[in-house]
Amino acid sequence: MNGWTDELTRARLHVVTGKGGTGKTTVAAALALALATGGRRVLLVEVENRQGIAQLFDRPPLPYSEERIASAPGGGEVRALAVDPEAALLEYLDMFYNLGFAGRTLKRMGAIEFATTLAPGLRDVLLTGKVKECVRRVRKTGRHEYDAVVLDAPPTGRVVRFLDVTRAMADLAKVGPIKGQSDGVVKLLHSGDTAVHLVALLEEMPVRETLDAVAELDAADLRPGAVFVNRVSPPRLPARSVASAAEGRVDVGRVRTGLAAAGLDVDDEVLAGLVDQTVEHALRVRMEERAKERLAESDLPTVELPELTDGVDVAALYELAEVLVGRGVR
Amino acid sequence: MNRLDVDALLDDPETRVLVCCGSGGVGKTTTAAALAVRAAERGRRAVVLTIDPARRLAQSLGLGELDNQPRRVVVDGLDDDHKGELHAMMLDMRRTFDDMVWQHAGRERAEQILANPFYQTISTSFSGTQEYMAMEKLGQLVERDEWDLIVVDTPPSRSALDFLDAPQRLSTVLDGKLIRMLSAPARAGGRGIRKIVGAGFGLFTKAVSTIVGGQLLQDASTFVQAFDSMFGGFRQRAQATYDLLRSPGTGFLVVAAAEPDALREASYFVERLSAERMPLTGLVANRTHPVLAPLPAPGALAAADRLERTGDAPLAAAVLRVHADRVAVADREKRLLARFTRAHPGVPLIGVPALPTDVHDLEGLHEIGRRLAGE
Repeated sequence: MNGWTDELTRARLHVVTGKGGTGKTTVAAALALALATGGRRVLLVEVENRQGIAQLFDRPPLPYSEERIASAPGGGEVRALAVDPEAALLEYLDMFYNLGFAGRTLKRMGAIEFATTLAPGLRDVLLTGKVKECVRRVRKTGRHEYDAVVLDAPPTGRVVRFLDVTRAMADLAKVGPIKGQSDGVVKLLHSGDTAVHLVALLEEMPVRETLDAVAELDAADLRPGAVFVNRVSPPRLPARSVASAAEGRVDVGRVRTGLAAAGLDVDDEVLAGLVDQTVEHALRVRMEERAKERLAESDLPTVELPELTDGVDVAALYELAEVLVGRGVR
Repeated sequence: MNRLDVDALLDDPETRVLVCCGSGGVGKTTTAAALAVRAAERGRRAVVLTIDPARRLAQSLGLGELDNQPRRVVVDGLDDDHKGELHAMMLDMRRTFDDMVWQHAGRERAEQILANPFYQTISTSFSGTQEYMAMEKLGQLVERDEWDLIVVDTPPSRSALDFLDAPQRLSTVLDGKLIRMLSAPARAGGRGIRKIVGAGFGLFTKAVSTIVGGQLLQDASTFVQAFDSMFGGFRQRAQATYDLLRSPGTGFLVVAAAEPDALREASYFVERLSAERMPLTGLVANRTHPVLAPLPAPGALAAADRLERTGDAPLAAAVLRVHADRVAVADREKRLLARFTRAHPGVPLIGVPALPTDVHDLEGLHEIGRRLAGE
């Protein structure tokens, strides 16, 4: 399936995951910009203490508050939040126990980290709990605070455990405030309001991890959204030449004549180098085609994003957002 | 640029341990395996400790199943003429932890610990256990003294620094001061702390037990009490491995892709190693795309345009486009690596050209080994 679907447009929480190195944070940021295009307000959230969003937007580290980081075309805006589990736990405990000064002291002692260590699931419950609060928050006007929330989630290997709050709660108290909060998180994550998108590259390992993650998400009753195929470079060879070139067969004579016709007179060494590069290119194109076929097995909507040779800066994020809008993202 | 001479490193009998680190997705495991293959080919008795290899790579090393022990890998061309050998293993973190408990606690106490639900959590899902156990396994391999070179892969973490920090985190938990305070504040000498934080501490204890549940806190407390007697042994071993990492004969290779994020992580790691006075051997810039044909890109692009207008020579036009793409990528990689070198001029560096296809057999590892050596 190609492109964005109406079902995905209805989602309010967009979780973005992917194998390490696939460009998950970049895609999450571009998606936030695309969703904000045309006057909407979108929150971009990260949960792994990496400050990846700040680096991407070339800003100082984000505090634990929702900061405006970008304007979207057409009057929209993107805000960003780096959720820190310690701060989330303190904020949370404060609501129920009014810890005040004692809370800060305990933080210094490492007691908060300790509590989240004691029950590893607690960390995830706190992080997803904060995300849920942002998704559900309502302004005085009765409108949602955010039209959409994009979550730069942990990588594919850990994402299901992260989102599977029900399982995490098995470690935790069966009653009390956290339990009440987690019920709401479970409801949100398993509803049509949430879509879990996967970022993949057209290489064997990322594709395999993507398919594994889709199966895992299905098994946990979480809804896979779209597959973002990142860093797609244009095929340069005519389709009919790919197979033979990948086998190492490139008509050197024809290349030489063609180059001469264009006024390029190259020696044998340059010619050999050009041919080697072409063979490598063909091998990669063939590998990418196979990867695409395998990805199609997932039967999910796919959205392709181009390779940016100059690297990713803020301008490039807008470029990617424009591509996403062009593919129907809204 | 200060070039990293991999063959000289592998040939040096003083090189006993090589630790490959770097952020996720940069090809650490493959690099570690390729280094071990290359070392064996060059006559060393090498073992590679992999942490979480891709299935097909594991199979190619004969690691079909996880058995937590090194196994000999048969390499074509590594026959009697060479004295080199290749061994490989895959870390089973739970089993390594269990073995440590058996070794350090009496039988009865060990059984008690292994059955504790909190132990199950710590030994499987605590982030940091894998790093700790990788260090422990490395220590064991060194002690066995059966190999003259040990190549270690590090766990796939978000940040390369986790490898150095995680053992400390686990130690803090196992140390158990906080658990004792939370479960029995008065007995554990918590009064001092109480004085500092006042009534807030009682509230916090209450809050924590409300959240994690009284049962879990109880399990944790039982675990820590049982574990207490062997904690000294644990910490001693961790310290010994840490010292080993700082000793001559050990080298750290930082693996990074020629991408801004991976190089930023690599920079952090380089700075950290220097702060810890740990021996940095060099940076492996993995999967680069050097230009194979010395032909300026602007001319190639102009020629491609001309050919495409006439439509006469589609193959030659495609060849030129491929070339221009490649030049753009190579220039970007060179720029990024030059920036790294400016910040860390003393760090030797080797670029490893990308293979056009995935690597999952010994032949592929052999080829990467050649590229690591700059052949």
